[in-house]
Amino acid sequence: MTLFLEQLLNGVQFGVMLFLMAAGLTLIFGIMGVINLAHGSIYMIGAYAGTFVATQTGSFWLGIPAALAAAALAGVAIEFLVVRRLYGRDHLDQVLATFGLILIFNQAVTMLFGRQPLFVQMPSVLDGSVELLPGLSYPIYRLAIIVVGLLVAFGLYLLINRTRIGMLVRAGSTNREMVRALGVDVRLLYTLVFGLGALLAGLAGFMAGPILAVQIGMGEQILITTFVVVVIGGVGSIRGAFFASLILGIVDTGLRAYLPGLLRQVMVGPEADALGAGISSMGIYLLMAIVLLIRPKGLFIRNS
Amino acid sequence: MPMRKTLLAASALLATTFTALAEDPVKIGMITTLSGPAGYLGQDVRDGFKLAMEDNKLGGVPVELLVEDDGLKPGQGKQIAERFLSESGVKLFTGIVFSNVAGATVPDIVDNEAFYISPNAGPSNLAGKECSENYFVVSWQNDSLHESAGQLATNLGYKKAFILAPNYQAGKDALAGFKRFFKGEIAGEVYTRLDQTDFAAELAQIRAAKPDVVFQFHPGGLGITFLRQYEQAGLGKEIPMVLAEPSMDGVTLAAVGEAAVGVNVSAHWNTDFDNPANKRFMEAWNKAYNRPATYYSSQGYDTGQLIASALKASGGKLDDSFRDALRKADFQSVRGKFAFGPNQHPIQNWYALKVEKGADGKPVIKTVGEVFKDHGDAYSADCKM
Amino acid sequence: MNSENSFKRPALLAAVLIVMIALPLIADATGYSALTSLATRILIYGIAAASLNLVLGYGGLVSFGHAAFFGIGGYVVGILYQHYSLEEPLFGFIPGTNQMLITLPVAILISGLAAAAIGALSLRTGGVQFIMITLAFAQMLFFLFVSLKTYGGDDGLIIRRTNELPGLNMRDKQTVYYVCLFITAVFFALLWRIVNSRFGNVLVGLRQSEKRMAAIGLPAYRYRLMAFIISGMGCGLAGALMANFLRFASPDMMHWTKSGELMVMVILGGVGTLFGPLIGAAVFIVLETTLAAWTENWQLALGFILLFVVLYTHGGVQALVSRLMGKR
Repeated sequence: MTLFLEQLLNGVQFGVMLFLMAAGLTLIFGIMGVINLAHGSIYMIGAYAGTFVATQTGSFWLGIPAALAAAALAGVAIEFLVVRRLYGRDHLDQVLATFGLILIFNQAVTMLFGRQPLFVQMPSVLDGSVELLPGLSYPIYRLAIIVVGLLVAFGLYLLINRTRIGMLVRAGSTNREMVRALGVDVRLLYTLVFGLGALLAGLAGFMAGPILAVQIGMGEQILITTFVVVVIGGVGSIRGAFFASLILGIVDTGLRAYLPGLLRQVMVGPEADALGAGISSMGIYLLMAIVLLIRPKGLFIRNS
Repeated sequence: MPMRKTLLAASALLATTFTALAEDPVKIGMITTLSGPAGYLGQDVRDGFKLAMEDNKLGGVPVELLVEDDGLKPGQGKQIAERFLSESGVKLFTGIVFSNVAGATVPDIVDNEAFYISPNAGPSNLAGKECSENYFVVSWQNDSLHESAGQLATNLGYKKAFILAPNYQAGKDALAGFKRFFKGEIAGEVYTRLDQTDFAAELAQIRAAKPDVVFQFHPGGLGITFLRQYEQAGLGKEIPMVLAEPSMDGVTLAAVGEAAVGVNVSAHWNTDFDNPANKRFMEAWNKAYNRPATYYSSQGYDTGQLIASALKASGGKLDDSFRDALRKADFQSVRGKFAFGPNQHPIQNWYALKVEKGADGKPVIKTVGEVFKDHGDAYSADCKM
Repeated sequence: MNSENSFKRPALLAAVLIVMIALPLIADATGYSALTSLATRILIYGIAAASLNLVLGYGGLVSFGHAAFFGIGGYVVGILYQHYSLEEPLFGFIPGTNQMLITLPVAILISGLAAAAIGALSLRTGGVQFIMITLAFAQMLFFLFVSLKTYGGDDGLIIRRTNELPGLNMRDKQTVYYVCLFITAVFFALLWRIVNSRFGNVLVGLRQSEKRMAAIGLPAYRYRLMAFIISGMGCGLAGALMANFLRFASPDMMHWTKSGELMVMVILGGVGTLFGPLIGAAVFIVLETTLAAWTENWQLALGFILLFVVLYTHGGVQALVSRLMGKR
């Protein structure tokens, strides 16, 4: 039972990380209609900038503003220099341009920081584990990620449902032309949304630093999974991205944890392990395919 | 008078032709992985190799090193090899880091009667059935990495092991190799994913299985991720770990930091080996580069030394005498004793290493004992040359 | 398309064809004999990219999973060869083979079947969802082949000898080039027939306005599925040729980055044009090769070139060239 709870927490923690990435991506997708493959690069920039500052100053906490600032700046720069010219263009052009950006950022980071993965020192407050229930101890850092993720989700909820910007964002994701007709400075709105998305990706990247490897190409690893989340949740829907992230995180963790065991009861050990690993790798894609076949627009978008 | 002039001119011409012939460098094609997350492996192989060169000479013979990035794509590696072979006239190759690139590229090279000296990858098919007299491996046959780890776990007296590796060929070979030499019981066997970023689910399984020891094979960034999360989950203090060297090199250690203290590693080389060749190498490395030496760099260096010894013996010719000289392996390896087996893969010792806190508080990898003496590989029986 | 263009085209085409036929001789004479292999790769990727272009450019369906069919084609050749060399029939009754006259049609057939299955499901969605669901299917196949130990898993499958064609020495690189050139020529002739047929017109019509086509009573789904299958078969053919050329098949062939590369080739050359993808494949591969030979930081240069093409050429290299030549 405690093992199950621990796996559930693991799923939630993975889901929360995905949400930080997916929130920005779904907004950019939904409001501007732009497919931004470079979102993973921003995640990487956040991780590198934050880690670099944290290592140089010796303070993990100083890494946070550095990561956020670098990611937001990179995001705004990408929007201003490249993406702005791609609104209203074919998805294909966006794919090609942002693919080019991935190559550029990966190589630029290699040239700046070298090919060796970076080391991140975790602050001692967050190091170690706490006992949540008898027999269930859990790493503090992971709990912190869950808390931060949920806070961000709540903050986004308030921002979108309670503020004027949020209203425009909501309007924009359902009817882009309408917002323009209202005489809103769409350019500024777009830049802001892009910057916000980048900020969240940078935060995710920096938080991932101590538990993952800060290395070249770390963005592409999570990018595809994030796209899966966005599509399952429904493009443009923050709420959808939130629930889809959690579902995906839990399903993915659950499959990895329990599928080989289940298979082992019906077949020989090593084969069960290999097959189980194979199926659980496919798991999220299978889930997406099934969701799209039943609800072609995603879980949280009403089919009109 | 004119006669003498012509003679003079002719002899001058002859002299220049001769010096040109003598100076014409031996071209060495290095195909290696320089981009992407695994880029540091190729970089270390290349830079280690360069340390073996003196004034662009190997064994006194001028050489020209052509380096190209295969981007970890088998097709790319093959294309580069072909261009080197047909356009640049390269007859001597090295550099490939990954087995899948080697699988696509090496057969082409040896089919064209060129030499390939592997500084890293040693896949089983090329060690056995598909072996070739122009194919030499300086590093190891892939299985030895994990066989030595299995033996180390047995030597350390562990009875119950939990083993993990990514669900791909090298991962499966790793677990098979470990099991071949581990005498205890396997408490659990888990295949992870190559694109996995979170190991919490597996760590929970390990905790529940209560093994004596954990063996995991996760190269590069995956390994860093795994070790960090292992430590954060509090498992580092509870369950010891045995690793094969691809999961714990100088770069991994620098990225993982203290979380690695206490880990056991089996390896064929370490920075602290006490032999003159290794001291020379470490001194040169630390002088030239501001980053930790990895075993990739040591293999690059040994490859360079091996080629140097053979070029010296053959006088710069890449013919049968070069091959014979390669087989003799007449060079001072940084790992001490070194010889080639019948399939031209190394027969060498394997050592037990342990990550400990160094004098300055930073973790270091220390050599603590021996695992295998003169260990070869199981595939040489299948190799008919 | 204006009349001048269509008048000029046959002459241009013939000229290009002559150059391509003479290419191995030129390559040998100038000492750049690797040019032949480079050109072979370009032809093969050209077939794959042009196939993708049928759904992507003409049909307006952005498939992010076409590497799956490329990989399937490659694996058909690899798996048949493995069973041929081990002399063990596949599933106990299908004998392996190394005859290209058998392997190519089988590769086309199998990838067509896969495209039918994937297309039938994927075409129920559209837009961004279509992009993602095709990606999902390709990734599933990728992971399937990674975990197939019998066929080399992640390390891939070595094909010791190129498939044989009666009467030809397939160990000769120039022969392989001419075989690929012949297949490419036939392929493009067929593709030309398809896009200029009623079927092709309907496909383009569907892209422009599905409603209008529905009003005439044309079933969009069936036409699109047909296009998807044809395009999958083309990619399968390319994959089979690639496996023969590299003498190697690996899951790498169906990774999502390969799908991305195929898309990049199409866009580079010019979406929805017959020869655009071939030009795009040539540009991409030549760039990748020469940049990598020139600098270690080739990805940086390639990235900037891609950006430039998108932001400033409006329609890829083909459009750029025709604008530079003063045409519309």
